[in-house]
Amino acid sequence: MRILFSLMAGGLFGVGLMISGMTDTQKVQGWLDVFGAWDPTLAFVLGGAIPPMLLAWQLTKVKTTSLLGTTIPTPADPALDRRLIIGSAIFGFGWAVAGFCPGPALASLSFGGFGGLSFMVAMIAGMYIQPSIKFFGLGSKA
Amino acid sequence: MIPTDWIYGLIGGVMIGAAAAMFLLINGRIMGASGLLGGIIDGTGKANMKERLAFIAGLIGVPAIVYFTIGAPATNVSNNMLVLLVAGLAVGVGTRMANGCTSGHGVCGISRFSVRGIAATLIYLLAGGVTMLVLRHGLGVI
Repeated sequence: MRILFSLMAGGLFGVGLMISGMTDTQKVQGWLDVFGAWDPTLAFVLGGAIPPMLLAWQLTKVKTTSLLGTTIPTPADPALDRRLIIGSAIFGFGWAVAGFCPGPALASLSFGGFGGLSFMVAMIAGMYIQPSIKFFGLGSKA
Repeated sequence: MIPTDWIYGLIGGVMIGAAAAMFLLINGRIMGASGLLGGIIDGTGKANMKERLAFIAGLIGVPAIVYFTIGAPATNVSNNMLVLLVAGLAVGVGTRMANGCTSGHGVCGISRFSVRGIAATLIYLLAGGVTMLVLRHGLGVI
């Protein structure tokens, strides 16, 4: 059951990304291009995505176990640290350069051609090497 | 008239939010694309590997089915290999360092008023905007 619902959630997420236009790298770059031909579509995507989750988080206040029996995570919200700040800045840079973030890159793997595949290979390599970064405490969590 | 792109954005966004809500309430897990994939890549997700693999399979597979039956919007992905590799590496390293991307910090974080989620989102948006300004309008390379 966990596997089935996981598959379904992934599928719904993927189709949502496709319909919303987020698999179009030019649309994403257009959103970040505030001083050029700004495209506000992404604000509508976030505006659509946040209310269902807002409701879901409210529900978890009264119901602390998931339908399949596991405890629903209540992640702590520790102070900001340099990993979060520097990591998000590096991500934002890469996001703008190619117009892809991880979700849409995965969702468009079947129709993104060789370019999409190349981005995916590089992204996976980045995920693989990040824990071994040795300076400034930016690698794996000790 | 409201541009159709915005309406599609909103509809797709609701689907993305519904997928995240479903994953939280049914599977008891947070829907973050970089975290789910990253845990497979660096081995930190061993405990729930099947659930992760199923989610990624749905995220790639269901859009692929849509693409082969109905079609998919253009990804307009760059054909500049250097751009793709640099961006992919940055997205991979950055999202793992910051422990989240647009889905985890953006959709799931903002909706629970997480300070880290909101801060991460503001930072990657700012970094993305500055990158567009410098690389598109300044240097004209993307």
